[in-house]
Amino acid sequence: MKTRLTLNQKAGLLSLGLFALILLVWYLATLPDAKVAAANVDPEYAALMGGGAASSASSFPTPVAMAQTVWERLSDPFYDNGPNDKGIGIQLAYSLARVLGGFFLAAAVAIPLGFAIGNSRVFYQAINPYVQLLKPISPLAWMPLALYTIKDASASAIFVIFICSLWPMLINTAHGVANVRRDWLDVARTLEVNPLRKAFRVILPAAAPTILTGMRISMGIAWLVIVAAEMLVGGTGIGYFVWNEWNNLSITNVLFAILMIGVVGMALDSIFGVLSKRVAYQE
Amino acid sequence: MSGFDNPFDPDTKLHRAGCSCGRHHSQADHEADMKNEDARVSRVVESAVMRGLFPDDQMRRNFLRAVGTGTAMAAISTFFPMGAAKALAAEKGKLEKTDLKIGFIPITCATPIIMAGPMGFYAREGLNVTLQKTAGWAVIRDKVQNKEYDASHMLSPMPLAMSLGLGSAKQAVDVASIQNINGQAITLSLKHKDKLNPKDWKGMKFGLPFDYSIHNLLLRYYLAEAGLDPDKDVELRMMPPPDMVANLRAGNIDGFLGPEPFNQRAVYEEVGFIHTLSRDLWDGHPCCAFGVQEGFYKQYPNTYAALFRAIASATDYAHKPENRKAIIEAIAPANYLNQPIPVLEQVMTGRFADGLGKVKNVPDRVDFDPFPWQSMAVWILTQLKRWNYIKGDIDYKMVAEEVFRATDARKRMAELGLKAPASNYMKHTIMGKVFDPTKPAEYLNSFAIKRT
Repeated sequence: MKTRLTLNQKAGLLSLGLFALILLVWYLATLPDAKVAAANVDPEYAALMGGGAASSASSFPTPVAMAQTVWERLSDPFYDNGPNDKGIGIQLAYSLARVLGGFFLAAAVAIPLGFAIGNSRVFYQAINPYVQLLKPISPLAWMPLALYTIKDASASAIFVIFICSLWPMLINTAHGVANVRRDWLDVARTLEVNPLRKAFRVILPAAAPTILTGMRISMGIAWLVIVAAEMLVGGTGIGYFVWNEWNNLSITNVLFAILMIGVVGMALDSIFGVLSKRVAYQE
Repeated sequence: MSGFDNPFDPDTKLHRAGCSCGRHHSQADHEADMKNEDARVSRVVESAVMRGLFPDDQMRRNFLRAVGTGTAMAAISTFFPMGAAKALAAEKGKLEKTDLKIGFIPITCATPIIMAGPMGFYAREGLNVTLQKTAGWAVIRDKVQNKEYDASHMLSPMPLAMSLGLGSAKQAVDVASIQNINGQAITLSLKHKDKLNPKDWKGMKFGLPFDYSIHNLLLRYYLAEAGLDPDKDVELRMMPPPDMVANLRAGNIDGFLGPEPFNQRAVYEEVGFIHTLSRDLWDGHPCCAFGVQEGFYKQYPNTYAALFRAIASATDYAHKPENRKAIIEAIAPANYLNQPIPVLEQVMTGRFADGLGKVKNVPDRVDFDPFPWQSMAVWILTQLKRWNYIKGDIDYKMVAEEVFRATDARKRMAELGLKAPASNYMKHTIMGKVFDPTKPAEYLNSFAIKRT
């Protein structure tokens, strides 16, 4: 009996196989090397050194230790032991709040401005040099300036998210608006549609896929940047969590945080994936 | 006459009866009345003044009977500033601000600031303090300058640098008290265990926590004493303490002079060994401080007083070896230091593994002493000048006295019953060389390696 696997099934099996391979390599790489017991070590000295137990605390964890940490952290995600020790759920919520705050502020500026730029060649050429100059600046380079002028660490983090989310959305909106098919605009003009109606009923739906792509890129960058920003300013958030565990040289917890950052980033991206499918159209 | 009696009442009973102060018929009446803090303070002040004027109770009575209470009050108020005296005494009274945000860096130097939270020293003074773990010294500096923090753990040279405008905007920040003395170390990579002599360290790379740190000044001093120019013969890199351990493991640096528990952590991780404890360079050197903006204690004098009392008593508590175990348990969790207890124990008790196979016993490896000696400030300033952080001339004494609030600290420590030294200056001995705080310029000139 011979069953043919579908494409999805094949891909799924290959993914699982890769996962098993990674686990195996990881397991073999972290096997504890048999320690040669030194002959004449003072027992008190050995005790103070943690009897070799120390190396397991900060060296690379085994897959089993990692799974334990993931389970412990995820089974109690919302504990609050004071301002500097909160559960992973709370930390992620802080980061998400900052990202969304900065992101929507940027959207509120970038989309109307992009519309204006996309509609006017003069405006486009006037603004373009500024955009080209500011776009390649690493968002974190703004951090000292933000701290100096805003004088508030949390607001500075939001500002950094704002500034990094701004450019992809602005450029994509302008591009999308500028490239709406002439025929459709001509039809709108023939029908004497008023400008506001034209913007919302013709240009916006036509440019929506491009705008959404810009938003998707912006969100991706924002999520990358928030981790670094929070490591700098500290206090709360997933970036702070990474820094705090690094401070304890706990690689296991740092790895766990990396995993969480990946999961949340993937979730954010897939939300925009769904959204862009909904606004897509066939010409 | 008791301090709580109405001093203008000629018929006050002279012997105790009824309540503890003698002014009320019962203890319950007394307690109800004493709840009014302002009234109580002003009554105590009035009593003190009257007792000063009329040491003898009979004389006071005769005077009051002769002129009448109202006249007596008016007459005394004309030549004695009763209002001002009451305002002064009310300092221990009402707190202007009870919700405070205090920053700290997770190192054992901050022990008094941190433990005062979980062990209730702030709460006892009626303060609700949020202890905010902070990512680095520059962030601490910015958050203090932005007034996001009401007060903060700082490196003791930082308030001097901030008040002089070195490496930041110029803003008056003062040292209310010192946190810890000693408690730092030079840690070297295990691969250098045969290079114990600093004369062999040419070309090495060292990690340091911050430019304006006692660590930087001590390491430069130590290297220069060994004939190495810290700006030319070695490379000094600024990095946060956990990066020191990681970079030592990776071989990016050869050693570091860092805060605890990271020296001991490097030993525990089997990547380094403790070469020299900072107490062997300068026994009793200041390390971290409790810093406040000048504006804070002017605006909130009562809150400042309460905060000082909490910090000074916590520092005194941490000084006693028998309390160290309880402190370790309070500060080890993730909310504070986030460090393994065995490492903290070796730091705080001074019985530790040195990384080269020996157990050492140095009980004063780290100690806690709140008094901010102005002579320490003068020493720090001479070294900042020596390495060209301070450019141009400086009045050492004036800056030291403005920034290190020693006189104020002495007064407040006396109120708490803590022993404070009688002078603000003392001679310090650093690596066998005596520093006389009255001759900073001569001291600076006596060094062969310097940038001035």
